[in-house]
Amino acid sequence: MTKELSDLSRDLIAVRDLRDREAFGRLFDYFAPRLKAQLLRSGLRDGSAEDVVQDVMLAVWHKAAQFDPHRADAAGWIYGIARNRRIDLARRKPLSQPEEMPDLPSVEPDAGQVLALQQEAEHLAAALARLTPEQAEALRAAYFDEIPHSRISEMTGLPLGTIKSRIRLGLDRLRHELRSIAP
Amino acid sequence: MTNRQTDIQHHISDDLLDAYRTGTLPHAFSVVVAAHISLCDECRARHEARDMIGGALLAGAGTAAISNGARDRIMVALETPPPPPAPRGSGVFPAPVMAELGGRPPRWRMLGGGIRQQILSADHEGSLRLLYIPPGKAVPEHGHRGLELTLVLQGSFADSEGAFRRGDVETAHDDIDHQPVAGPGEPCICLAATDAPLRFHAMLPSLLQPIFRI
Repeated sequence: MTKELSDLSRDLIAVRDLRDREAFGRLFDYFAPRLKAQLLRSGLRDGSAEDVVQDVMLAVWHKAAQFDPHRADAAGWIYGIARNRRIDLARRKPLSQPEEMPDLPSVEPDAGQVLALQQEAEHLAAALARLTPEQAEALRAAYFDEIPHSRISEMTGLPLGTIKSRIRLGLDRLRHELRSIAP
Repeated sequence: MTNRQTDIQHHISDDLLDAYRTGTLPHAFSVVVAAHISLCDECRARHEARDMIGGALLAGAGTAAISNGARDRIMVALETPPPPPAPRGSGVFPAPVMAELGGRPPRWRMLGGGIRQQILSADHEGSLRLLYIPPGKAVPEHGHRGLELTLVLQGSFADSEGAFRRGDVETAHDDIDHQPVAGPGEPCICLAATDAPLRFHAMLPSLLQPIFRI
């Protein structure tokens, strides 16, 4: 099964199951520069951005037991950890978190579902590239820069309703495209 | 681990989910969203799908050079003990509610008519409380000055907007003047968040509001 996984997801599973430090090192080499660039774009200074990257990657190591390739690929899962970390830096109280799913080793992996999810993740990037520029910008602002809708409206000078409808149409489009690749 | 539900009819809106994800939702509402996701596989998937979009964009995004030594530092840091595990759910209360309860069972206060409540948090942004309503009992009629989210954790209630069972969330804006009635069977336990004090009508004089902290 694992030969069909992306290298990153395979490394994350090696970290999860074997506490593989070399695999972790490869994840760090790939994700740390990307996470840092994202944090710099959000306005953090160089040193603070690196501190956050260290926190996020250490959380990846400690939380790896929760990585479930049926539900996410490595990039999506690590993105979620980074998003939570960024939010908590800006909040008085840590963000309330959903209950974790039951531990995985007791669950037999379903190769078909894992593969389908990996394919979806690969097609997602292509589908994003086929959005209209307006939809792509709106989704990037909402789900990568994590800017509240009202703030996107202020920054672009566009009405809030326009922003919301671009996000919805973009999501609908992605959903439609991903459905068309479903086996 | 609390049981998840498969027959949830009333979900959180895209707007609420997105506001939760950016961390801009007041604390009381964030807990309701996190508790609903804990019970609702569909909304957990909606939440995770948005992280997948973020992950796909991260893969194609720019990079910034990491300083020398950062990699060595993190490899050393891997030896540090992990943080204590997140609180688990217990009984009808999913993990985010147990976290608000400080890991202890609720300490109910009687409100009259068999109705009980426990305030979990209250500040200028809003309030969060657990409500316990005996079967067939009506929650006093009230309107809102803002947004109210009510998540059913046990039993059910019904009002002009429909029937709500475990896992269902009612999203009530200030145009709704509703009177929820707990369904038959088990007492209804729900998690309710508001961003403004409720306005009670006939049953309770408004004078009492600060005392009840509703």
